Amino acid sequence: MPRVLLIEDDPSVREGVELGLRRRGHDVRAAATGETGLAAMAEFRPDLLLLDLMLPGMNGVQVCRQVREHSQLPIIMLTARGDDFDVVIGLEAGADDYIVKPARPEVIEARIRAVLRRLDDSGPGRPAIEVYGELTIDRVGLTVTKAGRPLALAPSELKLLLHLCAAPEQVFSRQQLLEHVWEHSYHADARLVDACVARLRGKIEDEAGSPRYVQTLRGFGYRFGPL
Amino acid sequence: MFGLRTRLMLAFLLVAAVSAGTTAALTYREARNAVLQTAQDTAVTSFRDHVQQTAFALPVRGGEDMEAVLRDIARKGKPHPWVVFAEYGSVRASSGENPVSTVITPELRRAARANPHGSFERVVKDGVPYLTIAMPTVFKTGPDSLLPSGLVLYAVMRMTDEQVNVDALLIAARDGALPGLAVALIPGLIAARSVLRPVRKLSQAARNMGSGRLDTRIPVRGRDELADLARTFNESAGQLEHSVRELREAEERARRFASDVSHELRTPLAGMLAVTEVLDEDADHLDPDTARAVRLVSAETGKLAVLVEDLMEISRFDARAAELNLDEVDVAEAIRKTLHNRHWTDGRVRTDLPDGIRARLDPRRFDIVVANLVGNALRHGSAPVTVHLRTEARSPGPPVLITEVRDSGPGIRPASLPHIFDRFYKADAARTRSAGSGLGLAITRENVKLHGGTIRAGNLSEGGAVFTVEIPLHAEEAGG
Repeated sequence: MPRVLLIEDDPSVREGVELGLRRRGHDVRAAATGETGLAAMAEFRPDLLLLDLMLPGMNGVQVCRQVREHSQLPIIMLTARGDDFDVVIGLEAGADDYIVKPARPEVIEARIRAVLRRLDDSGPGRPAIEVYGELTIDRVGLTVTKAGRPLALAPSELKLLLHLCAAPEQVFSRQQLLEHVWEHSYHADARLVDACVARLRGKIEDEAGSPRYVQTLRGFGYRFGPL
Repeated sequence: MFGLRTRLMLAFLLVAAVSAGTTAALTYREARNAVLQTAQDTAVTSFRDHVQQTAFALPVRGGEDMEAVLRDIARKGKPHPWVVFAEYGSVRASSGENPVSTVITPELRRAARANPHGSFERVVKDGVPYLTIAMPTVFKTGPDSLLPSGLVLYAVMRMTDEQVNVDALLIAARDGALPGLAVALIPGLIAARSVLRPVRKLSQAARNMGSGRLDTRIPVRGRDELADLARTFNESAGQLEHSVRELREAEERARRFASDVSHELRTPLAGMLAVTEVLDEDADHLDPDTARAVRLVSAETGKLAVLVEDLMEISRFDARAAELNLDEVDVAEAIRKTLHNRHWTDGRVRTDLPDGIRARLDPRRFDIVVANLVGNALRHGSAPVTVHLRTEARSPGPPVLITEVRDSGPGIRPASLPHIFDRFYKADAARTRSAGSGLGLAITRENVKLHGGTIRAGNLSEGGAVFTVEIPLHAEEAGG
C-alpha cells in the first residue's frame, strides 16, 4: 500500500481524510503546514503527496514548486475553492492531478491509484528504447533523455509523453488523454491536459513557442510529431 | 409622421409663405390698381376733353367727314393710341378699319346712355386687355343740366403696356416671395437645430443609460424648457444610478454570502464525507438505534455534499465565473459515456443517437446536462426514458444540436411548467425535499445558456414529460 503524505491545515479534513485512507490500508502521515510537511518528507519518504492548496504561511503552490525542484514525487492537489484560477496555478506549479473537496475516500483513493499506476503499453515487439530527434525514451526504465541529458519528468508528464509517442502522429483529443493518462472516467477538466502539455514542452522542446515533439491541432487535440 | 425637424421647417415655411404671399398679393393688388387707375384716369379725362372740344354737326351722318373728325381725335390718344368709334342712331363710324368695335359691350352702351359724364369698362378680348370709354356728347341746357345729343363716342385703347407692367409686378412679387421663403428656411433650420440638438443629446444619453452606462449626464444650458428637461433627465438618471447601485450592491452581497456560505460549508463537509465510509462499515456492529443514526448521518452528509457542490456551481454562474471549456466531441459517444458512467445501461434508458454528429461544446457541462435530465426522468417520471439526438438547420443562424429526453411518467403539471427551472422549486408540493439538491434543473439551464443554447420543458401528447435542449452546433463563448 502506498505511503501518503497529507498536508492539510484544517483539522477536520486532515483527520477525516487520514482516517478514511488509513481504513483503506494506506500508510498516512499528516502535516498541518507546508513547512512541517516538507520537513517530514525526508524522514517519511512518501510515495505520493496529497496537498491542500490553501495553507497558512507557505501555500500549497509554493510547496508544490519546492518539491518539484528536486523530486518527481506524484502530487495530487486538494482544492476546496473550486476556484478555477487556483487549479491552473497548482497545475502549472507541477501537480499531477487534483481533487475537489469535499471528496469521498473512494474518490481520493481512485485518484491516488491512477497517478501511481505505471502505463503499460510496451507491447511485444516494441523496442524498449526509442529515439525521436534528440529525445531518447526508455519505456522500460521509464527515463527520458534529451541530447544525452536525463530529463526530470513528473509522473503525469512522463505518462503523457509515453502515451503520445506510443502512436506517433496520431491525434489524441484532450478527452481521450484524460481517460488514458489520468483515468478520469467522468468528464474532467481539459485544462489538466493543457497544463501538463505546457510543462512537458517546457522540458523537452527547444522552443516552447514552436513545439516540435508535442504538437497542437487546434480543435482536435495533441499528437507526437511528425518530426 | 414627419420628424420634429421637418415639422419645424414646414411650420416656418408655412408662416413665411403666408406672410410673403399676403404681402405680395396686397402689394400686387395696390400697385396694379394704381397702374391701371392712372392709365384709366388719363385716358378718360383726355378723351372727355377731346370730345368736348370737338364740334359735331348734328344730325350725324357717317362718311368721310365724320371719319376725319374721329381720326383727328384718335391721333390725340393718351396714354396710348386709341381707336375712336361714333354711334348715332344707326350711323356707325370709326377712326379705324371697322366701323363697329367688337370690344364694346352692351353694358357700356347702356351705361353711356345713363351717364352723360361718360363711363368706361375694362374688357379682355382674345387675351388682350382693352380700356373702352364711352362719352356721350351733350348739350349744356343750363349750368347744371345736360342733355344727351344721342351721339356717343367710344374710345377703345389697348392696355398691353399696363398688362406688361402688372405682369412684371406679379413676377416681382413672386420672385421676391421665393427667396423670402428660402431665407425663411435659415431661421427655421437654426430653430430646429437649437431644439433638436438637446433632443438628440437627450436621446443619445437615454440610449447610453439603456446600455448600462448609468453615469451618463447631459450638460444643462440656458433656462428654457429644454434645459428643464435636461435637468430632470439628470436628476432621474442620478436617482436611477443610485438605486441600481444599491440593488447591485445588495445582489453582490447576497451572492457573496451564498458563495461564502457554501465555501465555509465545504471544509467541515470534506472532513465529514471522508469518514462516512467508516461509519457505514461499522454500523453493522452497533446496536440498531445507533446504527440507524449513524447511517442517517452518513446518508445526509452525502446529500449535503451534493447540495453544497450545486450551490457553489450556482454561485459561479451568478458571479459569471463559470467558464466554458470547449472541445470538439462526438455527441453520440459523449451521451453514451454519460449513461455508462451513471450505470444507466440496464434498458431503462433507450437511445436514438445517430453517429457522426460532431459538436463543439464543454464535455463536462454537457455530461452534467444529460445526466441531470435523464436522472430526473428516471426519478420523477418513469422508465423507459428515451434520449434523442438530432441536428437541425436554422435560418437565420447556425445549425443547432437538439437533445431530447422523454420519460413515460405522468408528465409535468401545467402549473409547474413555468417554474420547473427555478431554484429549489418543488414540482410536487407533497414532496418536502427532493432526492436531489433542488438545483439540478437550474444548473442545467445555466449550463445550456453558457453554450448559447436554450432548454424547454413540456409534455408529450401521449403522456410523459419531454425536455428539449438546443445548443448551437459550434458553441461560442457566450460570455460566461
